[in-house]
Amino acid sequence: MKRLLTSTALIAALAMPAIAQDYTPDPNAQPGGAITITYKDDVATLDPAIGYDWQNWSMIKSIFDGLMDYIPGTTELRPGLAESYEISEDGLTYTFKLRDGVTFHNGREMTAEDVKYSLDRVTDPETQSPGAGFFGAIEGYDAAASGEAEGLSGVKVIDNQTVEITLTRPDATFLHVMALNFASVVPQEAVEAAGGDFGKEPVGTGAFKLGEWTIGQRLVFEKFEDHWREGVPYLDQITFEVGQEPIVALLRLQNGEVDVPGDGIPPAKFVEVMNDPAQAERVVEGGQLHTGYITINTQMPPFDDVKVRQAVNMAINKDRIIQIINGRAVPANQPLPPSMPGYTENYEGYQYDIEAAKALLAEAGHPDGFETELFVMNTDPNPRIAQAIQQDLKQIGIDASIQSLAQANVIAAGGEKEQAPMIWSGGMAWIADFPDPSNFYGPILGCAGAVPGGWNWSWYCNEELDAMAAEADSMADPEQAEERLGKWSDVYMKVMEDAPWVPVFNEQRYTMKSERMGGDDALYVDPVSIPVNYDYVYVTEQ
Amino acid sequence: MAAYVFRRLIVSVLILLGVSFITFFLLYALPADPVRQIAGRSATAQTVENIRQQLGLDQPLLVQYWRYLTGLVQGDLGRSYLQRTDVGTLIAARLPASLLLMAGAIGCELVLGLTMGVIAALKRGTATDQSLMIASFVGVSAPQFVVGLLLLYVFAVQLGWFPIGGYGTWAHLVLPSLTLGIMGSGWYSRMMRSSMVDVLRADYIRTARAKGLTRRRVILRHALPNAILPVIAMIGIDIGIFMGGIVVVESVFGWPGIGQLAWQAIQRVDIPIIMGVTLVSACAIVLGNLLADLVTPLIDPRIKLR
Repeated sequence: MKRLLTSTALIAALAMPAIAQDYTPDPNAQPGGAITITYKDDVATLDPAIGYDWQNWSMIKSIFDGLMDYIPGTTELRPGLAESYEISEDGLTYTFKLRDGVTFHNGREMTAEDVKYSLDRVTDPETQSPGAGFFGAIEGYDAAASGEAEGLSGVKVIDNQTVEITLTRPDATFLHVMALNFASVVPQEAVEAAGGDFGKEPVGTGAFKLGEWTIGQRLVFEKFEDHWREGVPYLDQITFEVGQEPIVALLRLQNGEVDVPGDGIPPAKFVEVMNDPAQAERVVEGGQLHTGYITINTQMPPFDDVKVRQAVNMAINKDRIIQIINGRAVPANQPLPPSMPGYTENYEGYQYDIEAAKALLAEAGHPDGFETELFVMNTDPNPRIAQAIQQDLKQIGIDASIQSLAQANVIAAGGEKEQAPMIWSGGMAWIADFPDPSNFYGPILGCAGAVPGGWNWSWYCNEELDAMAAEADSMADPEQAEERLGKWSDVYMKVMEDAPWVPVFNEQRYTMKSERMGGDDALYVDPVSIPVNYDYVYVTEQ
Repeated sequence: MAAYVFRRLIVSVLILLGVSFITFFLLYALPADPVRQIAGRSATAQTVENIRQQLGLDQPLLVQYWRYLTGLVQGDLGRSYLQRTDVGTLIAARLPASLLLMAGAIGCELVLGLTMGVIAALKRGTATDQSLMIASFVGVSAPQFVVGLLLLYVFAVQLGWFPIGGYGTWAHLVLPSLTLGIMGSGWYSRMMRSSMVDVLRADYIRTARAKGLTRRRVILRHALPNAILPVIAMIGIDIGIFMGGIVVVESVFGWPGIGQLAWQAIQRVDIPIIMGVTLVSACAIVLGNLLADLVTPLIDPRIKLR
C-alpha cells in the first residue's frame, strides 16, 4: 500500500497561495509516437476510488481528472476540472466553478452532478475506498461513511457548472485532498454499467483512455482526442507491459525495446548502471517525500526516558547506513524530508557523537548500557541496515538483538503497545500522500496513531502537539500559509526534542529512460506521477 | 475400472477439501490483516471496520470457511481483495498460458531426457554415459531461477535468438519451456537409461538379435518401445512438479500464467487469489496423478487397477 509522492523542491512556491503560474509547454515537444513501460506486477485496478499503490496512481491520473491538479513536475496546485474556486471568509465553504466543454471518454459532457456523484461514491462504505477518510472534513461525512445517509450533505450542486462544498472545520489541506485520485470525477452510467468492474473498464475525462487490457500481459492507453486541455497529451499511445522482472526490463531497455522500466533500476544493477556514463546519462535523479527512521517505543523502559532516546539518536552513524544502500539517499535529521514544505532548514539534529551519547546514557542511569530488541523487515537491504544499527548501539553499550521478520509481522508488532522496543522502518517507511507537512504527523506521530493496530510505532502521544497540529491545519486562509508552515516546523522540532524517532535517511528516486524520451527532467521525477508524467513526456523519434 | 475411477474421484474431492481447509486456515492465521492491506495506512479506524464488515471478515473463521465452500461449489472462487475482480476470471484468463508452458516443458523434457537416456544406455559405462549422467544431475539440481536468467542472458540478450521474456509467439515459448523442462529431463534421462538397460538385457532382445536383426532394428523396434512406456507414464506426476516450477519460471520470463498470478498475490497478501490458485493447482496435481495411474495398466497389462 505504498504511495509515493516526491518532489524536486519548489518549497517556496508551495508556501504561496495555491494558484501559481501554470505550466509552460515545452517548445521542443512534438505530438505523436508510442512508448513502452514495463512493470513486474499486474495493475490491480484503475478505479480512482480504489487504486492506492504507486504503480496505478499515475496511470489513474492520466485517465481521470479531479477538480484540482498539480503543475507537471512540481508540488504546486493548479485548477483541474475546476476553472476557478472561491473560499469563504470562515474557510468552511469552497465554491468550485467547473470548466465548460469537458467530456468523458464515452462522449458525454461532465457536469456538477458528476462531481457530487463521485464524492458520494468514494465515501460510500459500499465502495470500500481506502481513501474515504481523506474526506472527513466534508459536512455529512460521518453519516455517509457509516451508511446512515445517502451521499454527503456538504456537497451541493448549485447549477450545471457550480459545486459548493461545505466543511465542518477549516482544513488547510482540503485543496490537496481534491487533487487526490480519490476525488477524481467519474461518470455514474459507466460505473453502473461496469457492475463492480469499473477498475477494469475505467471511463474518465483524462488525457488518455484505456484501449486494451489483456490481463497479465499488457494495458494500452490511447490518446483521448477530445481531452479538454489543449495540446495534451503528446503521445498517441502508451503500452504498459506487466509481468516483467526489473532485471529483464533493464536488459530490454538496453536493447531498445523499452522506454521506461516502471520499477526503476534493480538494486543489484544500480552501481553498474551509474558507473557507465552512457547509461547514467539517461537516469534522472530526484528527491521524494520519504523518510526512513528508527522508532523508539516511548512506553517501554528504559526508552520511556527521553535521555535514553536522545542517546540513541546520537549513536547512529547515518552516513555508513547510506553507504549500505549504494548512496541512494541523503541523511535525515528530522521527520520531514527536505523537499516537503515545512522542513526546518537550519536545524542540525542530533550529531553523531559516541562520547556524548555514552555520557547521556550514564546520566540516565545506564552507564553499562542494557539489552533490547530491534525489529526489522526481512528483505534486503533492511537486515544489513539493522546490523549497522546494532553495531552503532553496541558502541554505547546497548546490546540489541535483531528480530528479522516478514513485513506483516513487523507491522503487527509495531501496532502492539509493548511488543517492539525499536523498529527500523525500511520497506514500511512513511511516504506522503500529498505534499503537505500534516501528512507526516497524524498516523505516525500523533495520538491518533498510538492505538493497537496503528502506525505510531513509537507510541508517542503528546497532546500539546496534537493541539498545535490541529490549530495549524485550521489555518486554511492562503494568506496564513507561511505562518502555518512555521507552526508545523515547530511541531516537528518539538518532536525531535522528545526523540521518539531516529530519522535516518531520505531516499532518492531514480528514473531511467530510453534515449528517445524527451521532456524536462522534472517530468521524470514528477512528485505525483511515478515513474513519469505520462501526459507531458514526448518522444524525439518515432 | 469405472468403479475404480469413481472411487478415486471421491477421494480426490476429499483431498481437495482438505487442501482448501488447510490453506484457508493457514492464510487467515497469518498476522497480516487483509483489511489493513486493502485499506492502506491512511485509512481511519472506521474505514477499516467498514471494509472488514463488507468482506465478512468480522465473522468467525469457520463461518467464513463455510461461506467460501458454498461459493466454491457454485463455481465462485470469490473476489480479489486488491483487484476487486472475480478470482475465477483472473485464473481463467491466465490458465491457457500456463497450460501452453507446461506442454512446451513436457515436450522439452521428453525430447532431451529420452534422447540422453537412450544414448547413455547404449554407451553404458563409457565416458559419454558418465558425462550425460553428470549433466542430468546438474539439470536436476540447478535452481530454475538461475537457469532461467542464464538462458535469458545467453540466448536472448547476447545471441538475440529469442525475445527477452514476454508472451505471444512460439519463439517466446522456447526458453521458459526449456528452463522448466531441464529439471525434468534430468529425471527422465536417468529413468530412461535404467529402463533401457533393463530391456536390453531381456530375453526377447537376445532373441531378436539371434534372429539376425540389425542393431538399429533391434533398438528402434524392440527395445525402445518397451523401455519408453514406463517412463511416459510419469508425465502425469510431472504436472504436480511443474505447478511448483511455473511460479518461478513465469516470474523470470514474464509469462502471464497462474504461477505469476500466485507470486504477485502472495506478495500482496491477496488471500482469495492465493486460495484460488492453490485449489486449481491441487486439482491439476490430483488429476495428473489419477491420469498416471490410469495410463499405467494400459502400458503394462500386468498391473491391474483395484
